[in-house]
Amino acid sequence: MTQRTYVRPTAGWWRRNGHYRAYMLREASSVFVTAYALVLLVGLARLAQGRAPFEAWRAALATPWALAFHVVALGFFVCHAWTWFAVMPKTLPFIRMRGRRVPDEALVAAGACAAVAASLLLFLAVWWTRP
Amino acid sequence: MSIPVTTSKTIAIECLRYNPESDTEPRYQTYDVPYTDDMSVLQGLQYIKDHLDGSLTFRWSCRMAICGSCGTMLNGVPALSCESFLRNYWPDGVRVEPLVNFPIVRDLVIDQTDFLHKLDTVKPWLIPREPRVLADGARPQTPAQMDEYYQYSQCINCLLCYAACPQYGLTPGFTGPAALALLHRYNADSRDGGTAERMEVINAEEGVWSCTLVGYCSVVCPKGVDPARAINQNKINSTKDYFAHLLMPRGREVP
Repeated sequence: MTQRTYVRPTAGWWRRNGHYRAYMLREASSVFVTAYALVLLVGLARLAQGRAPFEAWRAALATPWALAFHVVALGFFVCHAWTWFAVMPKTLPFIRMRGRRVPDEALVAAGACAAVAASLLLFLAVWWTRP
Repeated sequence: MSIPVTTSKTIAIECLRYNPESDTEPRYQTYDVPYTDDMSVLQGLQYIKDHLDGSLTFRWSCRMAICGSCGTMLNGVPALSCESFLRNYWPDGVRVEPLVNFPIVRDLVIDQTDFLHKLDTVKPWLIPREPRVLADGARPQTPAQMDEYYQYSQCINCLLCYAACPQYGLTPGFTGPAALALLHRYNADSRDGGTAERMEVINAEEGVWSCTLVGYCSVVCPKGVDPARAINQNKINSTKDYFAHLLMPRGREVP
């Protein structure tokens, strides 16, 4: 069958609806996760170099710009963690307990609770062992 | 088809028009259609064709959300026009366009040739593990075994999920949501032994790995199929298959 069809452009597809914009936000949040991981990696490298470079890295983190970055990064981290768990059930085979399928909402809630618990534990561990 | 005009109310239906013989690109045409609160968008389109403009071209068949013919974009959202009511668009009116990500043949009609080819590649039928004859009798399944694939078997090939998938729009080679959901429907069936034969489609760059889990396909599906889940479960199976081959190049067993 030969016929002249019209193919519509795809440019700007993510502006078409809220679902696409939320998806783009989820994907974009990973950029901030990467940036923060790099900051931590630099800290590790500075620690390996000795006390003075490590203290200089810590001092650099105490500047207003670094603090502002942390606040923004924290926001994107929360967004990233939540959206990650929200899609997690899609990546899993059906899980059954006592013959019934575990609902997606329970999996999302369990994942999110585990993330919150792990964050709290880490925070308390750092708090209790502070100099 | 006749709609009793017992109302003076009208609603504006704006249709994308494209005539391949005379148009270089689509245009829009608005029709004022008599409105009652129990009319579907499809009935509105039928009124246009019967009473206002016989040249308007669109697909439809069953009028009851089972044939999968009347998928359209309604105000930019993929939906079956037979189960979408005009009252949801009152009084602003509704814009009706052919499903996005597909070439337009004429007006609201799209070319699904690409999908039909992809559907064929996933071998959407039961491939028995061993040859069977009728005398072997029925093959019973437990409710849990049926639950593994039942919702995927509800697909009506309406292509709303392809219109919802930006990856299909950007990467037309992508096997896509419905075809991969149907692939999983048979792989997940305890009576089927064709998983190894379908693995090549799953493993391909254009298979499950073209999906970035936008997830909108599962939102727009009118039959409760969850293509996003079918595809992303098979990313795990594809990874297992990859390592199984790395460790045992002759092995072909996939769970």
